[in-house]
Amino acid sequence: MVTNPLTKNIDMSRPPLDIAGYEANAGYQSLHAIAKGLSPEDVLQLVKDSGLKGRGGAGFPTGLKWSFVPSGDNSPKQKYLVVNADEMEPGTFKDRLLMEGDPHLLLEGMIIAAYTIQASKAYIFLRGEYTVSEQALRQAIKEANEKGYLGKNILGTGFDLDIIMHTSAGRYICGEETALLNALEGKRANPRAKPPFPQVSGLWGKPTIVNNVETICNLPGILTYGVDWYHGLTKGIDHGTKLFGVSGKVKTPGCWELPLGLPIRELLENYAGGMQDGLELRGFLPGGGSTDFMLPEHLDITLDYDEIAKVGSRLATGTMIVLDDKTCPVGMVGNLMKFFAHESCGFCTPCRDGLPWVDQIFRDFESGQGSEKDLQILHDHVTYLGPGRTFCALAPGATAPLGSGLKHFKEDFEKHITEKRCSYKH
Amino acid sequence: MTQQVIASTSKKARKLSAEEIAEIEHEMTLYPDKKAVGLEALKIVQKHQGWVSDESLLAIAKYLDIPVADLEGVATFFNLVYREKVGKNVILFCDSVSCWIMGCEGMKDHIKERLAIDYGETSVDGEFTLLPVPCLGDCDRAPVMMVGPDLHRNLTPEKIDSIINDYKNRQD
Repeated sequence: MVTNPLTKNIDMSRPPLDIAGYEANAGYQSLHAIAKGLSPEDVLQLVKDSGLKGRGGAGFPTGLKWSFVPSGDNSPKQKYLVVNADEMEPGTFKDRLLMEGDPHLLLEGMIIAAYTIQASKAYIFLRGEYTVSEQALRQAIKEANEKGYLGKNILGTGFDLDIIMHTSAGRYICGEETALLNALEGKRANPRAKPPFPQVSGLWGKPTIVNNVETICNLPGILTYGVDWYHGLTKGIDHGTKLFGVSGKVKTPGCWELPLGLPIRELLENYAGGMQDGLELRGFLPGGGSTDFMLPEHLDITLDYDEIAKVGSRLATGTMIVLDDKTCPVGMVGNLMKFFAHESCGFCTPCRDGLPWVDQIFRDFESGQGSEKDLQILHDHVTYLGPGRTFCALAPGATAPLGSGLKHFKEDFEKHITEKRCSYKH
Repeated sequence: MTQQVIASTSKKARKLSAEEIAEIEHEMTLYPDKKAVGLEALKIVQKHQGWVSDESLLAIAKYLDIPVADLEGVATFFNLVYREKVGKNVILFCDSVSCWIMGCEGMKDHIKERLAIDYGETSVDGEFTLLPVPCLGDCDRAPVMMVGPDLHRNLTPEKIDSIINDYKNRQD
């Protein structure tokens, strides 16, 4: 049986499979299963049963999210599916692999998702910088249209679907789903107030599902091979496989599809090859720049959403950023704070004014000007920019590496104050 | 109403080219309202003109019948819409966390020295503009940067020199 449903067709040394090659490897079979009589309710139940959780960062159950979309004759006629392909979380490089490596997998998943919520229009909100992904997807959309998998009355089901490519023009905040919807509507990408949630009132006020690329890419396997097969993939608690990445000073950085539930140690040592010679592991962000630092003592924890949450961090995007003992932790957190300060959309005050303040303090630490008072101000911001204090999740995301960095690397912050310099620089 | 807004500024809308109009019209078939096409139109104009001048912005607002201030708000929000003239090749330099750990600061210093430009500046010969960009999503091959539509990975000073020479020697 297939054990790597997300990457089975991916070989980056050649162009992605065309529609014929994709179909030859069990591609688009789910659409034929739908045409043989799976109703949208049937598919929704399968996705719920699969236990699939969103792979964009939040880990919300996909079937549950879909179930909030109003259905039936009295629901709005126009509904939308939007794929969040705006990968920009620092240290995250997984959706790029899926889109460049196997664009038809994303399209097949989109057709399944759109059919389930009965959306006749779907937008791919793609990062403008992902030029190779854009070409691969445009070609795949063309092929799928010609084959009748897109367009009117797909395989005689009476279901219509158009997929439209939207290439974005930057800004990390577009990854926040309501900001993304504003951007798609041609507005400044400030997040919207919730409720109403997009599932009820999203794009142009219509029911809308926004899903991450990797989430969507899980769907063809679930329908083609079944829920039991999907449940058999995991080595832990959460279901399915996931793309895991490692960047930083390891021997062989990369991105691999692995079952959920493997120990972190296995990813770091067997796949990423361990630390580069002469370096020790100091800590790591397990799932991109908005997650809390974990420590070497956490290496035997498994790659499951709930297991990582137990030690105060998040699996999030599953792409790990590794900190070694010759790289300054204060500098690393400072780099992230610069990023978050720059990418604040400027809509709410704590984020707009707080993050640049934090950023400035890190610059002061870097140049040997940091003080005990500054350290207290940083601690205060962990509270003031935390969950519930700001309009969206951007600033709380920034507090994850900030708060955990202050806690785990306290002596490094202190040393910058007492020595009036960064001792990692020679 | 749009006419009045334009008349109140000291600049005049330029005439959009037939190609630009054709591409904007195509985008209008993909979205249910004209406002949504604003950002697409800015990108189309930028593709043809290299950047979005005041005259271009006014032309788009007029063509789509959306308030100039709204369109300017959008244009200045998105970092890949250039409201100032840029060089022939825009370098989008990733300085996010994985690239930072892998030594991107040294690479940036090298570009700075080689082209005598810092972030937001264009080289004297008009060939290159250097801009920072959030994580480019290729972190296992850090440090990385884009030049125009192309991604360049595992940067070293030598590699940067040869990339710069390649683009300089391109005829177009």
